[in-house]
Amino acid sequence: MTGHILDEAVIRELAATPITDYVIEARDVWKRYGGNEVLRSISLGVHRGDVKAILGPSGSGKSTFLRCLGLLEPIDRGEIHLEGARVGVHEARGRFVPLPERLLARQRTDIGMVFQRFNLFPHLTALRNVMIGLTEVRGMREADARSMANDMLERVGLGQRASFYPSELSGGQQQRVAIARALVMHPKVMLFDEPTSALDPELVGEVLTVMEELAREGMTMIVVTHEIGFARDVAGRVVMMDEGRIIEDAPPDEFFGNPHEERTRKFLEAVR
Amino acid sequence: MDFKPSVFFEALGSNALIQGVQLTVALTVVAFVVGVLIGLVVAVLRDNRLWPVRTLAWTYIWIFRAVPTLVQLVFIWNALPQLIPALRGAWFSPFLAASVALSINEGAYAAEIIRGGLLSIDEGQRIAARALGMPPYKVFSKVVAPQLIRVVIPPTANDFITLLKITSLASFISLRELMTNTQTEIASSFRFAEWYAAAAIYYLVLVSIFMIGQAWLERRYVWTSARRPGAIARLAGR
Repeated sequence: MTGHILDEAVIRELAATPITDYVIEARDVWKRYGGNEVLRSISLGVHRGDVKAILGPSGSGKSTFLRCLGLLEPIDRGEIHLEGARVGVHEARGRFVPLPERLLARQRTDIGMVFQRFNLFPHLTALRNVMIGLTEVRGMREADARSMANDMLERVGLGQRASFYPSELSGGQQQRVAIARALVMHPKVMLFDEPTSALDPELVGEVLTVMEELAREGMTMIVVTHEIGFARDVAGRVVMMDEGRIIEDAPPDEFFGNPHEERTRKFLEAVR
Repeated sequence: MDFKPSVFFEALGSNALIQGVQLTVALTVVAFVVGVLIGLVVAVLRDNRLWPVRTLAWTYIWIFRAVPTLVQLVFIWNALPQLIPALRGAWFSPFLAASVALSINEGAYAAEIIRGGLLSIDEGQRIAARALGMPPYKVFSKVVAPQLIRVVIPPTANDFITLLKITSLASFISLRELMTNTQTEIASSFRFAEWYAAAAIYYLVLVSIFMIGQAWLERRYVWTSARRPGAIARLAGR
């Protein structure tokens, strides 16, 4: 990989803006499926340029939380703020009601998402996968979108694979295309949902390398992961979720060196 | 054996069969297009949030797949005008009646094919499209539909061929399609073998042309770059 992943101008802007504000923030978020409380009062924010890693056993609500933050699932209670403005709802007759899907779609363009199973569009080439957000959502001209998408593929090291279909790419390559597809939209924050969990061990590195570079360049990120190494080395803070709650939120040294919660200790022993 | 090739070739080139084929093709295309549109709507309604809507869609599929097509056809042609006086006018032609009957019937089959196709598309596809910020109609037209078309091509092609052949049922309501005209000619000539053989040839040709179209369509929905020269070599790692 050569050069930067993000645009020079974006990196400068990220470096220049104050990091005191949350880019995205959840306040007292509750979510229930049927009779199951999946999220119980989750509050979490991430500062500009910061990386937050979320750890936790399966079923602890990590993925659901990320989908709620990404405005893909309605929440039952609580608030989500993007750069200080409340999103996902609008005020109607003095009450907040969920936005219709058409308007939610607009707010989602500021949030980049990467999924465990990549979810690339199989009927489109790598290039078209990266272009489709620009042409169909941003309304960009075909030629401009093509050059931006080519650029972005180049930056994640896949310039030579632009004309390949997802089925012709390795898992690691597919996930890098998926990252490019989200990044090309210039999101304010990137949400990663276990981005390396579906990968063969030897392909994990190439995806983590891209994510580390993104973090270095100042991208704001929330990463649900089982990669302890990534959480320790790249994240500014590490969060532990269990049974729909955040039970620990600390800098990596403290989180891994001296966790307060017994459950965190047990979890770390189990995954190590 | 009493098979006169001259009669057979005369039948092949006869106006009766050529005009019959035109009506057969027209009826098939109309019933197919309308049927698929009905099927699309019914398939989507089958998953509606409201249970009465779901039940209605389910009932539609249940009735029109269970009742024989011939019964539906003669019901619409003979029984409906008795029940609804407005249908007694000359405008309610056999072609219209057959189009309605076969469209409704095709709609029930198409609905099940499309529903199966929709179920086969990974939920992650819709989620990824929504996450990119696509509004609902783009999620469908740009992401779901292309994948849906690919999975429904084979069963829909099968269905189309069946539809083409059951248009011959319209001979029961005296629509002058291929089968009706064949039988009319036989009634005056008594040359069964030659005329039936000629009609069979026409069905064979129609289905064959259609199969070529299907193969072409399926090739368009192969999602690999392998058709391009050099792609396989590149995949192999140089």
